[in-house]
Amino acid sequence: MTVTTAKSTRQAVTLHGVGKVFDSGPPVLEDISLSVRAGEFVCLLGASGCGKSTLLNLIAGLDTPTAGQVELPGGHAALMFQESALFPWLSATRNVELALRLRGVPRKERQAEARRLLSLVRLEQARNKRAHELSGGMRQRVALARALAQGSEVLLMDEPFAALDAITRDVLHEELIRLWEATGFSTVFVTHNVREAVRLAERVVLLTSLPGRIAREWTVDIPHPRRIEDAAVARLSVEITEHLREEIRRHGQT
Amino acid sequence: MARPEQNGLARLEAGLDSLAGARAAPRRRLRQQLLPPLVAIAVVLLGWQGLYLAGVEPDWVLPGPTEVWQSLAGAAGRGYVWSSIGNSLSRGALGFLVSVVIGTPLGVVVGRSQPVRTAVGPILSGLQNLPSVAWVPPAVIFFGVTPATIYTVILLGAVPSIANGLVSGLDQVPPLYLKVGRNLGAKGLSSVVHVLLPAALPGYVAGLKQGWAFAWRSLMAAEIIATSASLGHGLGQLLKQAQDTNDMALAFGTIALVLVVGIGVNQLVFAPVERHVLRSHGLALKRP
Repeated sequence: MTVTTAKSTRQAVTLHGVGKVFDSGPPVLEDISLSVRAGEFVCLLGASGCGKSTLLNLIAGLDTPTAGQVELPGGHAALMFQESALFPWLSATRNVELALRLRGVPRKERQAEARRLLSLVRLEQARNKRAHELSGGMRQRVALARALAQGSEVLLMDEPFAALDAITRDVLHEELIRLWEATGFSTVFVTHNVREAVRLAERVVLLTSLPGRIAREWTVDIPHPRRIEDAAVARLSVEITEHLREEIRRHGQT
Repeated sequence: MARPEQNGLARLEAGLDSLAGARAAPRRRLRQQLLPPLVAIAVVLLGWQGLYLAGVEPDWVLPGPTEVWQSLAGAAGRGYVWSSIGNSLSRGALGFLVSVVIGTPLGVVVGRSQPVRTAVGPILSGLQNLPSVAWVPPAVIFFGVTPATIYTVILLGAVPSIANGLVSGLDQVPPLYLKVGRNLGAKGLSSVVHVLLPAALPGYVAGLKQGWAFAWRSLMAAEIIATSASLGHGLGQLLKQAQDTNDMALAFGTIALVLVVGIGVNQLVFAPVERHVLRSHGLALKRP
């Protein structure tokens, strides 16, 4: 674990003055400059309309910025959503195997690798089940295994736990940090939940809304294992929430 | 580095998983599925027998269920009921398969290409509203009373249903699946094969089922109108023969056969396929 916790200086994602305008509408993102170190866990935090999801699409290459550049030295980033978006016609294993197949992993290795990934998220028992036979939390764990199967060093997560109940979300926070510590992927995690951001991230980046710009950022020095109810998490959350509210208030003055 | 809290996490997760495990819906027993329709059929037969016994109409206009049965059994004994069923079924099956071969690529092109959809889409929907019996006269003028007439009418009835089913299946593919497919690295053909077509399967199967129903009724319309000695005897021709000989018992009997074959194919072929596809997509229909 010494390798993954040692701070790397290599950048996994770099954004230079990125902006995005859809058609002739108002800018959604403006002048976003951000870099994420290899192995770093960054949370993007903002109210509705801050363009968080748009920013993830730009990093994932599903959309192109209208200004600035996105640099992704690894060439590819895996993406996870609020909905697991597992293909319902495939079992958990087949979903993971499809990701391996589309990445070009030879047929012989796929089965063993899929099994390894599912046991990593502790779902080897459920490997032959389909999405509708799994609970929301289990689906997101399969989605996590599928994202890991893409072999990217960057994992982009778009409010992945927002639809889960509080107990399951708490367990998945712990699970995600465990996997992150074990495998060392860089994570850009989008959320509007301040506590969640502080619970997980090494760095919290607050975005403004309409257009989305970087307002401020905080380094979270609280050592893992953290709990969402820790006093240190609560203290920083209060401070960040105050700034988030300030950002939202500015929109009420126009 | 097995930290104690991680062991705790594993057990916590296992507990959550078992609490949240989806329960399999209990399958309905065969008796529950079969009994109500059998009762309904029995009620209809009893009512029919009652009307017959009451003598509301003369026997030759309203024969009773037993007379219809005897008429069918007699015709079966002379062999031509079985050959009529065989002829109609093989025509229906062949016409349906050709319709699948034509309707499937047509549906993909209309579903995926906006200009083609704008051009052809309304025509396809329009054709679905046109009773295919309307095609019989022009087909007879063009092909004469030949198998080509029969197959043309089947195709014009079934192809639009199959193509439209696939188009609506493609329309209902959630955009999120396509986005995930792109992120996983599916492009072009691999995106079609691994994401688009499997996701559109429920709509496609519904279209196939409807396509069969249209093929079968188009075939009956064509067979009733296009009868000749050179054309083999099908169920439609049997109906026409009943009309020509004023044989109401045979007419009722043949209608029953047309129903039984049409419903039978649906229940034995399409219903299991549809159930399987819906269940595998997590869309299994909840019955009332």
